Amino acid sequence: MAATDQTDAQLVSRCRDGDPAAWNEFVERFSRYVYAIAVRGFRLAHHDCEDVFQEVFARAYERLPELRSDDAVRPWLAQLTRRLCIDRLRVAARDAPGEADPDAAAMEDVLASLDEAMAVRAALEAVGRPCSEILDRFFCRDESYRTIGEALQIPAGTIASRISRCLDKVRVELDGRKRAPRAS
Amino acid sequence: MSSEMTGYDEERIGQLLRLLPPAPQGWIEAAQELPAARATLDELVARAEADAAFRRRLEADLESAIAAAGFEPSPLVVSRLRQLLKAV
Repeated sequence: MAATDQTDAQLVSRCRDGDPAAWNEFVERFSRYVYAIAVRGFRLAHHDCEDVFQEVFARAYERLPELRSDDAVRPWLAQLTRRLCIDRLRVAARDAPGEADPDAAAMEDVLASLDEAMAVRAALEAVGRPCSEILDRFFCRDESYRTIGEALQIPAGTIASRISRCLDKVRVELDGRKRAPRAS
Repeated sequence: MSSEMTGYDEERIGQLLRLLPPAPQGWIEAAQELPAARATLDELVARAEADAAFRRRLEADLESAIAAAGFEPSPLVVSRLRQLLKAV
């Protein structure tokens, strides 16, 4: 089974069983999510964000065996990240009064968007290369057509049409998932 | 394929993809090293709990004390041990 075909629960189960490759996949799968919560949700400074990122994965590694439901790993990570970000902001607020905890309702909106983005991300990975790489470079890494063309050795003038076709493939994949929901 | 089936159009998919930029590669690699670092951390914490002098050396200069104990003071080990010592 390809890593992208696995549900979150299956991946957690492999981690718990000590599969050496599983932890690497776990970090790969959730790194963007944890990073986005810290950066987009809490707007932490770079060094604070790095500390939170490492602490989240360290605690996840240590506490994964205690997770009650393997399906719940994503909300569990979100909660862990959120708590550590708030701790970090509170420490910063002691040094620079005026900084307040972020608005809870706004944070729920951010998390909902990130969960939706994770679903789109999973569909992107299921579509596979070269679409996943083209779309990742353009949308997530903010690379120009020229840079993408040079990296993938395809004419820069064709990138826009490829992006459009690839987005359509992702949409088809999302539609398939909507009709046949997966566990995660 | 109509966007009516999923509620997603190209613009929305693009917007959502933009929400998840990659984390710095070095951060990812450090997190992936955790299983390998675990044995080192367990041993250092156990020694710190059992040996007050060793713990004082760690608190005074974490990197030097880790190296003197015969372990590689990688950034991951140093940062994680700093966290763990707070809890010991």
